Amino acid sequence: MSASETAGERTVRHAFGNVLAFFILLLIGVLAFSIRLFSVIKYESVIHEFDPYFNYRVTQFLTKNGIYDFWNWFDDRTWYPLGRVIGGTVYPGLTLTAGTLWWVLNSLNIPLSVETVCVFTAPTFSAFASWATYFLTKEVKGPGAGLAAAALLGMVPSYISRSVAGSYDNEAVAIFALIFTFYLYIKTLNTGSLFYATFNAISYFYMVCSWGGYTFIINLIPMHVLLCIVTGRYSSRLYIAYAPLVVLGTLLAALVPVVGFNAVMTSEHFASFLVFIIIHVVALVYYIKGILSPRMFKVAVTLVLSVGIAVCCAVIAILIAVVASSPTKGWSGRSLSLLDPTYASKYIPIIASVSEHQPPTWPSYFMDINVLAFLVPAGIIACFLPLSDASSFVVLYIVTSVYFSGVMVRLMLVLAPAACIMSGIALSEAFDTLTGSIKFQLLGYSSVNSQAAAGDASPDSTSAQSNALKPDKSEETAKERTSKKSKKKEKEREKEKEQVDQSSVQPRAGRRLQVLPLEASIIGVFLLILLGAFYVVHCVWAAAEAYSAPSIVLTSQTQDGGLHVFDDFREAYAWLRHNTEVDDKVASWWDYGYQTTAMANRTVIVDNNTWNNTHIATVGTAMSSPEKAAWEIFNSLDVKYVLVVFGGLVGYPSDDINKFLWMVRIGGGVFPHIKEPDYLRDGQYRIDSQATPTMLNSLMYKLSYYRFVETDGKGFDRVRRTEIGKKYFKLTHFDEVFTTHHWMVRIYKLRPPKNRIRGKAKKSKSKTSSASTSKRTAKIKKNPWQ
Amino acid sequence: MARSTGEDAQALFHSLRSAYAATPKNLKIIDLYVAFAVFTALIQVAYMAMVGSFPFNSFLSGILSCTGTAVLAVCLRIQVNKENKEFKDLPPERAYADFVLCNLVLHLVIMNFLG
Repeated sequence: MSASETAGERTVRHAFGNVLAFFILLLIGVLAFSIRLFSVIKYESVIHEFDPYFNYRVTQFLTKNGIYDFWNWFDDRTWYPLGRVIGGTVYPGLTLTAGTLWWVLNSLNIPLSVETVCVFTAPTFSAFASWATYFLTKEVKGPGAGLAAAALLGMVPSYISRSVAGSYDNEAVAIFALIFTFYLYIKTLNTGSLFYATFNAISYFYMVCSWGGYTFIINLIPMHVLLCIVTGRYSSRLYIAYAPLVVLGTLLAALVPVVGFNAVMTSEHFASFLVFIIIHVVALVYYIKGILSPRMFKVAVTLVLSVGIAVCCAVIAILIAVVASSPTKGWSGRSLSLLDPTYASKYIPIIASVSEHQPPTWPSYFMDINVLAFLVPAGIIACFLPLSDASSFVVLYIVTSVYFSGVMVRLMLVLAPAACIMSGIALSEAFDTLTGSIKFQLLGYSSVNSQAAAGDASPDSTSAQSNALKPDKSEETAKERTSKKSKKKEKEREKEKEQVDQSSVQPRAGRRLQVLPLEASIIGVFLLILLGAFYVVHCVWAAAEAYSAPSIVLTSQTQDGGLHVFDDFREAYAWLRHNTEVDDKVASWWDYGYQTTAMANRTVIVDNNTWNNTHIATVGTAMSSPEKAAWEIFNSLDVKYVLVVFGGLVGYPSDDINKFLWMVRIGGGVFPHIKEPDYLRDGQYRIDSQATPTMLNSLMYKLSYYRFVETDGKGFDRVRRTEIGKKYFKLTHFDEVFTTHHWMVRIYKLRPPKNRIRGKAKKSKSKTSSASTSKRTAKIKKNPWQ
Repeated sequence: MARSTGEDAQALFHSLRSAYAATPKNLKIIDLYVAFAVFTALIQVAYMAMVGSFPFNSFLSGILSCTGTAVLAVCLRIQVNKENKEFKDLPPERAYADFVLCNLVLHLVIMNFLG
């Protein structure tokens, strides 16, 4: 192989590699989209869970009334009687995206319903996210690593859990925005072009629109800048990447109503301003150093240092004073709970009560990122091999996101892209070395080493690298396709691939002088492929089984292998929609607020927005109070119907009885007469005959278990696996109006006040326990809606 | 000690001036522009300190407009500086175009935010 021949072949191969990369990316996009469709295939095309219903409702409003009405929307169907200013309290990115998609499709005469667009927004954006990952990783370590990372991200379970079709939540678009912002930052850092800096700011704006997690970006990038400065890697490209982003990004963030002046007022953002000042000082120092002679520079340093330190101290003192003067030290509760994991459970039960705000368990790491967890360390090492600005950013990204994922399960989502990038780098480096060794051993080229070694300085310059890494990628995609088919075919495919490896040989094996023995490298390649296959199998399983249940429609396997569908939620909401007045108020625990407004179109007292702790505590108090007191609270709130979710008959574990302790805690946090120990027998939460009288008389218990004994004669609760404590009782202030097929949702109507007056007169005569009356008066005083 | 510091300062001042005198004219113009933007920002801060920052969005957009202009001009200066080896393959026309684009975005946002 002569030199000229190789050069010609190289350009051809380069072009071929680009085309191949394009098609692989396309396939990755298709894969990322289609792996998220299990939920539609297995269930139906519905919106999932709780928050997506709110987003769906907002999108409906947007498409019906237009953008201006949306910004000014005051929603009176929730948080009765307070209402909620939706336009100013919602992150509008997702809604606007779906609204725009819908509008575009409709103007192209593609008549999709808003719901369909909403259902498929998340899978579409996960395809975009994997492409963004490709670009980001390509900037860091070249296209081979990029393709591997994109394929890994396309099916990482952690991300699938938040972006299956129908999971119409902020994170669906936010992860794309996050990765894309990082990509543009790295791109600006590598090129030093203001053009990319502008787009970086705009992409940051999109992220701010989409998710509260944007604070991660605005803290991570300053951290990286600081790291670069401290390690002496300051360059003018760094200045161009960072300074315009801070100015433009802050302004753009302040445009989003929900952020507004917080973009300059809260201390989540202060780090960026501090680094902004620092980078200017550093830039000035470098500039002066450039134009002065070394001796004069030394003089300047001694002069400036004495003045500068004093000024710095003053500025820092002022900053600390400003921060300390604000009530929560300028940090919002959620961010504080990030820094101090125990903060939320100590001070804010409403944050601690959400399961996704809990710290994750170890198995959940394996479940959510699977083999990536083992590949990440290798990736980190690979990033250090030549440490560049870009790879140091990725390292910083993974380190911080690992910390944050350890604080909150939800933030595992931020970790997933970082883990994919790292694993992509690790995989491609490993394949690079192994296939290189195989080629070297098989063909024994050593004379061309020098030529190959010359071209591998910059990550994207060598076609050789891009090409050598491609096979591993196509292996991945090939695997995905074949995993459904027979194993024989897979093996065939692998063999074929290996042949491709060998045929597309570029003699660059010895370039790092890391030539492994032939057998070892073949075994290594085989093991890596096995690892990849394992990952794919796990991801498909997770997508199909673990993460695609829409949670409003439940299924279970019957003994004969059939499928039993529990559609109780929609049954109940439909009942509410058809059988109650339009203006009736429905009280339930806040989890079901969004669904009730979206599906039943009825006014609710509290919903998943949880912006008003007192209001939620009022509902919690009502649920934990005896029937009469609860009736008074609900009546004062104009409530007509009370909705409880009960899983005791079918064994649905996340029902209201299991959430009940949180209601007690949140209620007790505001109304001190509700005490948690009253509901616990010896520190144990139980509903059987050992339960405390307070528990057995609480409204939640009564509404959940009313007439329950009639189902099987014993009142056996399948969730708690015990017989209930109080089986036969009558309701004095509520009427059961509807119970769904599997008893999962029970709706009660408040009795009209007339009955109450009679009942009260009778009761107060019959039993006059001073304690209970004083309690009652205390409650009446405490109730803010009286 | 004091005398030597003074002398040093003087020498430093001299060498700074002579070094700066060698800067090309177009860079000097940009420097003037930056200085003007920073000066305007300082005036606004002084005004805010005296009168108060009541229409906070106006104050913010005023300050950030000046800071942004200055920052972008500094970026432009970095890019068109012939002595800067990092941007050898970036033609000055491209640098100016980027500068204009970025300024356009910045001031569109500011006009939107001004209230």
